[in-house]
Amino acid sequence: MPIALPPPHAGSSSRLEMPGTLEMSSAGLYCPAGGFHIDPWRAVPKAVITHAHADHARSGCGHYLCLSSGKRVLRERVGASATIDTLRRRETMRVGEVDLSLVPAGHILGSAQVCITHRGVRWVVTGDYKLEADPTCEPFEPVETDVLVTESTFGLPIYRWGDPQETADAINAWWRASRDAGRTCVLFAYALGKAQRLAAMLDPSIGPIYAHGAVMKMVRAYRDSGVRLPAIDQLAAATRRAGGGRAMVIAPPSAAGSRWLRTFGDTSIAMASGWMTIRGVRRRRGFDRGFVLSDHADFPGLVQAVEASRARRVYVTHGSAASFARFLCEQGVEASVLATRFSGEDGSDEPASDEPSGQQDEARDPQQGEAS
Amino acid sequence: MRRFAQLFHELDATTRTAEKVQSLVVYFRETPAEDAAAALAVLSGQRQRRGVTTTLLREWAAEAAGIPLWLLEESYAAVGDLAETLALILPDGREDAASAGLAETIASTIKPLAAASVEEKRRIVHDAWQRLRKDERVVWHKLITGGFRVGVARTLVARALAEIAEVDPATMAHRLMGLSAITPEAYRALLDTDAQVHDPTRPYPFFLASPLDDAVARLGDVAGWLAEWKWDGMRAQLIRRGDVRAIWTRGEELASEAFPELIAAAERLPDGHVLDGEVLAYADGELLGFQALSRRAGRRRVPAKQLQEIPCVFVAYDLLEADGVDLREQPLAFRRERIAALGLPVFGGEGGGPASACSHADQEDDRPHLFFSPQVVATSWDDLARARETSRQRGVEGLMLKRLDSPYRVGRPRGDWWKWKVDPLEIDAVLLYGQAGHGRRASLHTDYTLGVWDGDTLVPVAKAYSGLTDAEIAEVDRIIRQTTRERHGPVRVVEPTLVFQIAFDAIAMSSRHKSGVAMRFPRIARWRRDKRPEEAGRLDQLRALLPPLPPSRAL
Repeated sequence: MPIALPPPHAGSSSRLEMPGTLEMSSAGLYCPAGGFHIDPWRAVPKAVITHAHADHARSGCGHYLCLSSGKRVLRERVGASATIDTLRRRETMRVGEVDLSLVPAGHILGSAQVCITHRGVRWVVTGDYKLEADPTCEPFEPVETDVLVTESTFGLPIYRWGDPQETADAINAWWRASRDAGRTCVLFAYALGKAQRLAAMLDPSIGPIYAHGAVMKMVRAYRDSGVRLPAIDQLAAATRRAGGGRAMVIAPPSAAGSRWLRTFGDTSIAMASGWMTIRGVRRRRGFDRGFVLSDHADFPGLVQAVEASRARRVYVTHGSAASFARFLCEQGVEASVLATRFSGEDGSDEPASDEPSGQQDEARDPQQGEAS
Repeated sequence: MRRFAQLFHELDATTRTAEKVQSLVVYFRETPAEDAAAALAVLSGQRQRRGVTTTLLREWAAEAAGIPLWLLEESYAAVGDLAETLALILPDGREDAASAGLAETIASTIKPLAAASVEEKRRIVHDAWQRLRKDERVVWHKLITGGFRVGVARTLVARALAEIAEVDPATMAHRLMGLSAITPEAYRALLDTDAQVHDPTRPYPFFLASPLDDAVARLGDVAGWLAEWKWDGMRAQLIRRGDVRAIWTRGEELASEAFPELIAAAERLPDGHVLDGEVLAYADGELLGFQALSRRAGRRRVPAKQLQEIPCVFVAYDLLEADGVDLREQPLAFRRERIAALGLPVFGGEGGGPASACSHADQEDDRPHLFFSPQVVATSWDDLARARETSRQRGVEGLMLKRLDSPYRVGRPRGDWWKWKVDPLEIDAVLLYGQAGHGRRASLHTDYTLGVWDGDTLVPVAKAYSGLTDAEIAEVDRIIRQTTRERHGPVRVVEPTLVFQIAFDAIAMSSRHKSGVAMRFPRIARWRRDKRPEEAGRLDQLRALLPPLPPSRAL
């Protein structure tokens, strides 16, 4: 089936013309043949959710569909009364005129790629994904497809992640040194996903681990889903000085500069994010340490995923979409930019700064209205 | 190299002065003199000759990384630092590579680059990439491209070395000042507690004034203070010791070659004298302004035509050494009396000029080149405030206030020397272009080009960098991305929607700017969210602020 090319990228007004299978509606990606949206940015009757980060999972939809392992986490995000249906890994469901299945994306617990087969043509929407091993979620599985819609948050060749074990060692070494200096460690990370992944990396023999309320809520959701995590205490007001300078505190970046943080006295503050690759970003945020750790694919990972998909047509969203699409074109892949709200309101083709106003998961202030 | 890279990243990672000094102390304590001397040279800003162009480096790095050159450039735009960009995109080197010391690395991979053929350069660079780790490569790239800057002030290096040598930081600062060749022997001598290092070319560390942000009356009795004009020139020390005549800028650059007329004039000073003062471009009783001076500064050889067109003078306001004796501990009043005794003509004042008692004219030219900075006499702070109001007509930046009983200190300790600048000029201007910043501001659009109305078009009049809060910078960055009309490399042309009030110290005619005017120190005073672009300032308003200059002097 011929696939119509979208017009040249022209900001938010561009429409993705993929008749019958996927189109860009005012609420986000929509599949008319199946009558559902994927990660809609406002309430719709039927939403297929790639993962439970706030910019992908809005509350108020009539029906939600997600990977079974992500149900508990999604529940935390969309509320007790929401209707959530699930699919097991690679289980296929007929929805309207399309076959729909969900395949693990390795981003956070329950994250999925959405696979749609319509009139013999397969479409895969990756959502956010990473290829690295992560003990707190199912690994990414490549899917062969005709059309691929991939993220490209870190779609520049400067982003190449190291071995996560080395990052874990560096974090534990920092914790040990801070403890020996009588200083509490504060590690900033996105409250869902990154925080739990970090918790699983920590060596609990060094000292006690505490978490901010927003992190703790998701720690419970992970444990309820069967993920093993070390002992973590929620930090109640009275216990803030507990651990006597020996503790590791995991908190969302929105806690930076807060009164809550000042109660710890002498602290060493670090951030774990892919953006910490760039020295200037680290310095601008004024962290004592920056650990490069991301739940998104790095540049080689993105290239590898595109190759493994064997897609004939690739749409790129998020972050460095324009650069990555151009790079793919030069490699002989038919690729173009798909503007979505996940990539910032202006469809920026540069990595957004990681100021709180940025739109990337790792970059934005993840807990607006949630952090106490 | 690994240890030095570690030091670089430690200095980079903290903003706390005490921690920086501690990192330096530990580094210098545990590093052999060879490498420590090399490190000190690098930290003091000594540049290696650029041995390979960044164009070649980019090509080789893109090739090694297997990416097209345009993608490297896009990456550079995101990182804001070429040395770091190259380090990030290059494939990992050999795991087992041993790390050479800094001195050896410079000797074997940096020094030979300049004279090498392109093929040899390529081999040296590839070989170094194989042997260096990512964190070392950042530093190495900075060294070979001559772009090494680290957020560590010289005073911090002096403090660290002073701690090791167990001497006063001011003593160490002086030992370091103008140290011409930093050899391992010179480095050892620095740390020698008892050494009396005496290099006659060496200047003293400068005493710097702080901006006066409080009410001037709080300074106490006006009689305890010396007021002088704040000249808009180049701070410098003029040295005459035996055969040595030298002029040093505040940035510790030897500028003797740029100002041959001042070196010639120094001949007339008595032996063993060091003056602190200001270099000014000055002809026929008129200040030519900073722009003219900057065409002279930094030159190795000054063309005769420029010597004619932009003659320079030295206006002395302090005397640090007389007859070989260090006067810095003496009160300012005493030091001023000693300058007066030299008989230099008073600059711009009655009694100045060639007819004064002692004419310091050189052989070729009977115009004097050395002057004494006059006191602005006043009996009250109100008098001085009124005098300060005349600064702009005089072509000066305001007043300097110096405590008469103060010694000449090192660095910028507050309390004895204040600069009391005139209030800046201001105009509302429209944002025309945004460019991503560097370093801490990488990937944020923080460099703004602003324009005012000339008829119904906007003409650029200033580039400004600072003055906004981090939150405002982030917001402006977002608006720039949303309103981009065109992109030219890192520069974005935007829809004119944002109005900023810009402040500047002075304005001069300029043939090098499309608008015909050039601002001095433009900076953003505030964001005028209440103004629409149509309400911004006009070019004729700026022209009205121009000082009356004869057309022949327009630069």
